Amino acid sequence: MEKILTKNIDKPNSQDIEVYLADGGYKALEKVLTLKPEEVIDEVKKSRLVGRGGAAFPVGLKWSFTSKEDGEPKFIVCNADEGEPGTFKDRVILRNDPHLLLEAIIIGGYAIGTSHGYIYVRGEYYPEIEVLEKAIKQAKEKGYLGNNILRSGFSFNIQLYKGAGSYVCGEETALLESMEGNRGSPDCRPPFPAQSGFLGKPTAVNNVETLANIPAIIINGGNWYSKIGSPGSPGPKLFCLSGQVNKPGVYELPTGIPLRELIENYGGGVRGEFKAVLPGGVSSSLLTDLDVKLDYKSIAKAGSMLGSGAVIVINSDTSMIDVAKNTIDFFAHESCGKCSVCREGTRRAREIITRFANGGGRAEELDLLLELGEVMYDTACCGLGQVAMSATTSAIKLFRDEFEQKVRE
Amino acid sequence: MFTLTINGEKVTVPEGTSIMNAAKQLRIDIPHLCYLEGLEPEYHCRICGVEIEGEPRLAPSCVRAVSEGMKVHTNTARVRRARKMIVELLLVNHSADCPTCERNQTCELLKLAFELGVKKVRFEGEKPSYELDETSPAIIRDPNKCILCGRCVRVCHDVQTVSVIGFINRGLDIKVSTFMEKGLGNVECTNCGQCIQVCPVGAIKEKSAVDEVWAALANPKKHVVVQEAPAIRAALGEELGLPPGTLVAGKMHTALRRLGFDAVFDTNFSADLTIMEEANELVKRITEGSVLPQITSCCPGWIKFMEHFYPDLIPNVSTCKSPQQMFGSLAKTYYAQKAGIYPAKIVSVSVMPCTAKKFEAQRPEMTDSGFRDVDYVLTTRELARMIKEAGIDFAGLPDESASQLMGLYSGAGTIFGATGGVMEAALRTAYKLVTGKELERIDIEPVRGLDGIKTATVNVDSLEVKVAVAHGLGNARKILDEVRAGKSPYHFIEIMACPGGCVGGGGQPISFDLALRGIRGQVLYNEDRVLPYRRSHDNPSIKKVYQDYLKEPLGEKSHHLLHTKYTNRGRV
Repeated sequence: MEKILTKNIDKPNSQDIEVYLADGGYKALEKVLTLKPEEVIDEVKKSRLVGRGGAAFPVGLKWSFTSKEDGEPKFIVCNADEGEPGTFKDRVILRNDPHLLLEAIIIGGYAIGTSHGYIYVRGEYYPEIEVLEKAIKQAKEKGYLGNNILRSGFSFNIQLYKGAGSYVCGEETALLESMEGNRGSPDCRPPFPAQSGFLGKPTAVNNVETLANIPAIIINGGNWYSKIGSPGSPGPKLFCLSGQVNKPGVYELPTGIPLRELIENYGGGVRGEFKAVLPGGVSSSLLTDLDVKLDYKSIAKAGSMLGSGAVIVINSDTSMIDVAKNTIDFFAHESCGKCSVCREGTRRAREIITRFANGGGRAEELDLLLELGEVMYDTACCGLGQVAMSATTSAIKLFRDEFEQKVRE
Repeated sequence: MFTLTINGEKVTVPEGTSIMNAAKQLRIDIPHLCYLEGLEPEYHCRICGVEIEGEPRLAPSCVRAVSEGMKVHTNTARVRRARKMIVELLLVNHSADCPTCERNQTCELLKLAFELGVKKVRFEGEKPSYELDETSPAIIRDPNKCILCGRCVRVCHDVQTVSVIGFINRGLDIKVSTFMEKGLGNVECTNCGQCIQVCPVGAIKEKSAVDEVWAALANPKKHVVVQEAPAIRAALGEELGLPPGTLVAGKMHTALRRLGFDAVFDTNFSADLTIMEEANELVKRITEGSVLPQITSCCPGWIKFMEHFYPDLIPNVSTCKSPQQMFGSLAKTYYAQKAGIYPAKIVSVSVMPCTAKKFEAQRPEMTDSGFRDVDYVLTTRELARMIKEAGIDFAGLPDESASQLMGLYSGAGTIFGATGGVMEAALRTAYKLVTGKELERIDIEPVRGLDGIKTATVNVDSLEVKVAVAHGLGNARKILDEVRAGKSPYHFIEIMACPGGCVGGGGQPISFDLALRGIRGQVLYNEDRVLPYRRSHDNPSIKKVYQDYLKEPLGEKSHHLLHTKYTNRGRV
């Protein structure tokens, strides 16, 4: 497949605007400025692009909602707070092709009708922040950002916000709270950010990878894009392959390729014997079927989620109690503490799993954890709490015997 | 209007109504812990989750607005399972010393655990072991009991606009604390105690003086006198088996004598005295053309708020001490002299609806009698506990009056406990001072009631006196910002820190229900109507204290004993 998202990353000086311009860079923006905002949104709708941050919400719809809301000004925010363990795909774009992202944000801003764009970037991404700062400066100098862009009458600026090290701030409502200077705690939805987001105004929040698709959609058309990969959620996807594989890394492949193909053809095969996979990072449930297709619907049908596309491979040397302990430790550490069920649930789940790891679990606690997982999914406010138990409960369901061996006598 | 179905029954409610409130119309009470009427919903507790057909998860009913055709289920196995488990999770992390917790009769978590049929806490694990915040002379915070519902944070920030408590840390380490964990005693806390009124558990309480008061009562060398604020008689009954809205002045005086107090007086007397001084001060300011508007000074929560946030308005604030402190300085001077008791022998106790009074009593300047003017301050709740501890059948007690010397009071004194009451009482006397005639329409309705800010114009001879009343510090800010900007049209402003006035004080029986506070206020207005004297200047004991001791309002002795000064406390 021809690369769309990562076509520039291996070029020398790929961050430089001249390199970007030499291969058709900012042509999509030039085209957009001759279209009406509705036409831009229609093209994105036709592409059937869904968000790549984890929730897989249709981008055209999100922009359409935001543009139709009454509040002014509106905002577009690029979520570059990539923090899901096993996810390192946005970083590739941020570090190597910043203008692809900037162009996409400007197009998004034009489409929803705003002059205010923000990039909320993970605080630990120091080199990427430098790259972005330089790119914004270059884009301003060339007239792609600022007042009256390319003499179109459209003005747009982009401001960087740096995160302060909290995983949950990747959740869009917590991210917006953080931008407002508040505690990074998620808000209840509805209202959605499209209705009431940054400073209470209509706000489109889009992930880096999601936006990186936009210029190609504008240039080649939504119909062209919709034919790539799985019809239900088409397009290229950046898969972050990690864990016990021979060649971990970021691979751009069409949605819907079988897991086996990703691991064997691209990842150089499993190190050791395949046991299970977390197809969407530590927020997802374990799968044991290598023939599952990597698209949102197929993975959901199999009982997990594609999320941000962090495919973590686990081999047969790995204890599933360790997998559960590792993931629940992470969520207990990263819970914002606002919802009782997530705060106290992750705390107690961690204690129970730790007891199992030390050979002191109680058999009935396994069922208690399964119930806790369901209650957390049912009642937690945000995605973090809803899925914090996914890896743990799927480990218990699929590998219960491993846990039962650790039950205290 | 939207029509939806809850548990199969149709209900029609205005757009924007929450599912929880829509359910109330069908007499369905959806359990909750963090939601509280009067505060913005913050959906921390997750207990109020309900099933909505077509949605994958439960929705928090406190905040989710209804929509047309919505089908809601509040009592499915899935809903009940979630509620129970969340209560279990809260209980396992809660320092559950219920038998000795002072909130065990009013604990919402305990009640919920029982009502939801939580039979066993299936989780086990570490309990929190935080240090208590005991830095404040008025309020103690126990983070080990805190269930992190955030009500206290919201009332402090949203209602009182004081914002001294907030969440710190993250996840498992999250807790409610003050700036840099300095403690309530070292930040701008006004000690209003509204955080206590909203706390569902025993995580915030008053710093108790019960043990000290029992010790004084048991000490034969001490002569223990007691005063009770106006608002106590309107609410004490609630703690002792009587219905809300019961006036218990007589039973209260009887109970205090039975507890062993040597002299039972009444703060309503010194409320009348405050009016004599404050009304004279107002007339003086108006006639001499000095700083206006004059702002009341009876509320120690408001005073500390002013000293932190509006110190530039110190010249506007009346120099009158509060009724508690006026009583305190007279108890160890005037009363000591009259009774022939050496003042060092006197232990001066007050019963207040208020936690800020505990702070006020220990302010360094409150020693004008030569001694600590007020030694111990009890809240309404603390007095109720003492009455219970002594085995007194409060509801069956006969009525007695307070001792006349510093216990006879007018209706003007008693309405101090309701928002607008000080204003009304002051106007009754100021009118007389200016015109020499009595105000005919003695009930000044525009300053009564529960509106956050009330204004009125009263014709005093040729002068139109403009007045404003604010209760709740968030409302006070609106009025004060006008004064600060030089745009205030008023001559006289009453400010009470607590919504509803003193009847809603931080020391009252636990409730944040403004309507209940209104009922308590009405008790005082009803008492006012039937008292033999309704104006402070008509009170014979007030006439006597001036004749025998103080000489005249704003005179030298009054200045020394009844007036005070304020401190610019700055910001933390």
